[in-house]
Amino acid sequence: MQPWFPPPGSTGAFFLLLLLPPLLLVPFVLLARRRHDRRTPPLRLLVVAGSGGHTTEILRLLSCLSESYSPRCYVLADSDKMSEAKIRSFEQKRAERFSNSQILCNGPGTCVPVCISALLLGLLGMKRAIIVYVESICRVETLSLSGKILYYFSDYFIVQWPALKEKYPKSVYLGRIV
Amino acid sequence: RWLRGRLWGAARSCTEGGKREPFCGEWEAVEGEPAVLSSGLSPASVPPPQIGRGALQPAPQYGPAFVRDVFRFKESLAEDLRRADLVISHAGAGSCLETLEEGKPLLVVINEKLMDNHQLELARQLHKDGHVLYCNCSTLVETLQSMDLSTLKPFPPGQPEKFALFLDKVVGFE
Repeated sequence: MQPWFPPPGSTGAFFLLLLLPPLLLVPFVLLARRRHDRRTPPLRLLVVAGSGGHTTEILRLLSCLSESYSPRCYVLADSDKMSEAKIRSFEQKRAERFSNSQILCNGPGTCVPVCISALLLGLLGMKRAIIVYVESICRVETLSLSGKILYYFSDYFIVQWPALKEKYPKSVYLGRIV
Repeated sequence: RWLRGRLWGAARSCTEGGKREPFCGEWEAVEGEPAVLSSGLSPASVPPPQIGRGALQPAPQYGPAFVRDVFRFKESLAEDLRRADLVISHAGAGSCLETLEEGKPLLVVINEKLMDNHQLELARQLHKDGHVLYCNCSTLVETLQSMDLSTLKPFPPGQPEKFALFLDKVVGFE
């Protein structure tokens, strides 16, 4: 009996056909991360607090958010008692304005591993999280190290000075927001 | 010339514990009574300054009418800021924003020994825009002697509502 060999050149073509559909899906998956879905509230928010001025800035950013952003989970270092106090005070004032505020404090952590984890969960199809990075107002002409990394991985990268908008064209500039 | 009124100073963040830190030079510059007098400040007008986390612990009393005590942390500095006519501070974002929003003249002191000195960018930009004076530890006294506070411009408030609107749009809340 004659052994069967596939015709020359057809093996490569066969594997290409096998791989093509998943490869074609990749750009759609990436684009889907940017799709503006209509959502209904509430939206769970994870806030990464840093030390000192970073926490002050991020609480200012949150000050005008509606109650649709609930619950708000804060990630901060165990040792960062100042940030904890500022966050509790902020949420206490919110509770006086709105009826159902919660604080969930967790830590330690920095924003880069938190965001990378969120990214991985999204890529694995387990959880879709929008990553919004707001660079500190201290950064006028250069990005922080976290900023340099997350410029490529965040969904929205916000800067607060025009010089940075020029250097990093994919960033969003809304003026000074803290 | 004599500067009337209350001077509130924040000598912060002497972070590399053990020895006296370069930023403590600001404190030393202000602490020295001859330096204070030659800068034109009235010693009686200086309320308790804030010091940050660090090894430096200035003596509670320097002179008969100068510093009585220092503090490391308060819940809120709003009251101290309201009473001040001039604030001397490091160039941290929180310190700068709080002071400028209170409408107080601000002299920021740059810590040259801080890694990559990221505070310098903000101090430089705020100075360029005419909102603050700035100097380093070694030029503090000279700056206090020669400064003209009337050249400082008001600092417009930030607009966090723009961030809220932006976020509502991108998450799909309409």
